[in-house]
Amino acid sequence: MQMNRLAAVAAAATLVAGCSSGGAQQSAAPSSPAASSPAAQKVALTYWNWVPGMDKIVAVWNTAHPDIQVTSSTQAGGDDSATKFLTAAKAGNPPDLVQAEYQALPSFVAAEAVADIKPAADPVKAQFSEGIWGLVTLGTDAVYGIPQDSGPMLLYYRADLFKKYGIAVPKTWQEYADAARAVHAKDSKVYLGTFSSKDPGSFAGLAQQAGGQWWSISGEAWKVAINDEPTKKLADYWGGLVKEGVIDSMPYFTPEWNKALNDGKLLTWPSAIWAPGPLSSNAPKAKGKWAIAQLPQWNAGENFSGFWGGSAVSVSAGSKNKEAAAKFATWLNSDPEALALLVKEGSLYPAATKGADLLSEPPAYFSNVPDFWKQAAGFGAGARGFTFGPNVNVAYNAFKDAFDKAALNKTSFSGALQSVQDATVADMTKSGFKLAQ
Amino acid sequence: MTTRKSWAPYLFLTPAVTLFALFLALPIGYTVYLSLRRTKVSGLGLGKGSKREIFVGLDNYVAAIGDGELWAGWLRVLGYAVLVLAVMLGLALVFALMLDAARVRLARFSRIAIFLPYAVPGVAASLMWGFLYLPSVSPISELFGVAPLSQSAIVYSMANVAVWGGTGFNMLVLYTNLRAISQDLYQAARIDGASELQIALRIKIPILAPAIILVTVFSIIATIQVFTEPTTLRPLTNTISSTWSPLMKIYRDAFVTGDLYAAAATAVVIAGISLVLSFGFLRVVKNHAFGEA
Repeated sequence: MQMNRLAAVAAAATLVAGCSSGGAQQSAAPSSPAASSPAAQKVALTYWNWVPGMDKIVAVWNTAHPDIQVTSSTQAGGDDSATKFLTAAKAGNPPDLVQAEYQALPSFVAAEAVADIKPAADPVKAQFSEGIWGLVTLGTDAVYGIPQDSGPMLLYYRADLFKKYGIAVPKTWQEYADAARAVHAKDSKVYLGTFSSKDPGSFAGLAQQAGGQWWSISGEAWKVAINDEPTKKLADYWGGLVKEGVIDSMPYFTPEWNKALNDGKLLTWPSAIWAPGPLSSNAPKAKGKWAIAQLPQWNAGENFSGFWGGSAVSVSAGSKNKEAAAKFATWLNSDPEALALLVKEGSLYPAATKGADLLSEPPAYFSNVPDFWKQAAGFGAGARGFTFGPNVNVAYNAFKDAFDKAALNKTSFSGALQSVQDATVADMTKSGFKLAQ
Repeated sequence: MTTRKSWAPYLFLTPAVTLFALFLALPIGYTVYLSLRRTKVSGLGLGKGSKREIFVGLDNYVAAIGDGELWAGWLRVLGYAVLVLAVMLGLALVFALMLDAARVRLARFSRIAIFLPYAVPGVAASLMWGFLYLPSVSPISELFGVAPLSQSAIVYSMANVAVWGGTGFNMLVLYTNLRAISQDLYQAARIDGASELQIALRIKIPILAPAIILVTVFSIIATIQVFTEPTTLRPLTNTISSTWSPLMKIYRDAFVTGDLYAAAATAVVIAGISLVLSFGFLRVVKNHAFGEA
């Protein structure tokens, strides 16, 4: 009995010891990198991004800069990565550098998660267009990142099937609607395009083309106008086509969508300049059959486009080495060698104006369009953007819910748009943002 | 001797109490703390220090309880839970009884075959079924004359994934309990002229009652926390909103729209409801199950 009890006590003591030593290890772990950094002089930076081949580009920098070593950490990309960064920043252990999509940047700024890097950024300002630069300043005096790539929109279409169904490349949205009816009448399984309720970024790009201004700053207050006239016109245009049944409503980037593209059941995709990437991986069978054109216009003779996607590289407000990080971000997005690598390894369309000259070879998927980049640059030249607000995440989530429902039930799209506007305004009011009437 | 007696029990308790405090009490306490706060922005919210955390008392709870979407979500999940519980536990019981029957063939193989889906992670299972459900890539979507991801069928399609994945585990729990029943009881029953069916209904099920209640409570907790299936299926269809289930609403609030405080309040409300439902169920069935014990 006595022996048993002793043994149990000993066992319990071991357990406790094991427990507490585990705890000690845990608490020691986070402090160890900090302890090692003063020992070595060089700076170690982490960089969250989802640019293909970024580790190769970083390796070039690391060889040239032994004192500033960058580690590239590949992220999933998209909304989840923005959330992950915000959460890491809130928890106090963010990366030093982060890929920030233009629409996510204002929420990073509002959360005080990214730093103002104006001193490092000013010398390279001239290398970017006004419109792009505005996306990283948000119209303020600060600079919250260095633009990396941009996504002007154009129309991708199946040249072979356009010929087969006897339709001309639509120059206006009116012609696009007519073509949609014509195609669907010839084969009820085939659609000219689809409206994706899961991709508010695409819709925002089309709204920019139409002249929408979802957010703007007037004085010291935000103005929210997601339901402005141009966007309402846009929403009702697509809502009408979906209701009529001549445009499909399957979301982009789903297995179904891949299959439709592969099988030639979808003839167009109004998308951004980065589309060759997803097309080649999602619809490999249609390689060499696509061509590009200007996005259809609202009024004949115009030359407008919008932006879908594109990112900047921002420096984390919580970084201990902001200067070194800003130096890397600037090099990455303005140095000719880095830009050439971004184009070659990352298949990006660089935001820096001199980056466009580096693009000569067409993407392999578009080997049938030898002057792909020249054409694309021309079609995208008229792209206009708008200021993104501090709660794009809320607006985009509301968009998905409202347009999911509208596309499913074939109800009014401008009604759905109104609920996006309402949800966005309600969230900003609740948070305490000052709103202009 | 007396001194040893006084500290020994505490020593034994230390690991449990430490773990409880670190991994349960502390996070719960922090959640409650967060649920009483909110960030307040001033002006444009862009400059330094334009955002601060303030104490708002029960405001977040008022907002959480007043949000119709949360209760609509509960209603959807309740319908889903009834469906899943009835079919999954019903099947689990039937399978367990069949495997336990005297003249069953291939018992080992069937047991593993039924249990195997439980080993497939929920996300993988949902994706697999999701692909099977998609109209243009599916071999089965035309089978029932209705698209599995359409508005009218989506609850059944989701329940199907849960039933497929959960039946095996519940069956195994019930089956193990069945094997523990003494064979003498069956022999006595057979001598008295009872058929296999009568043995199952009159002897096995009553003895199994505590185990059935156990798996029911576990299943209630699991199904009202449904998250994986709808979240994984959502990108494939227009029919699942971001607040389809209460847990999805918490996720959306915390990680999509970035309102950790509202999410914390909703989480506390949901935890409360789950507790009431689980313990309520236990209370209702307590006398039936544990009466003799």
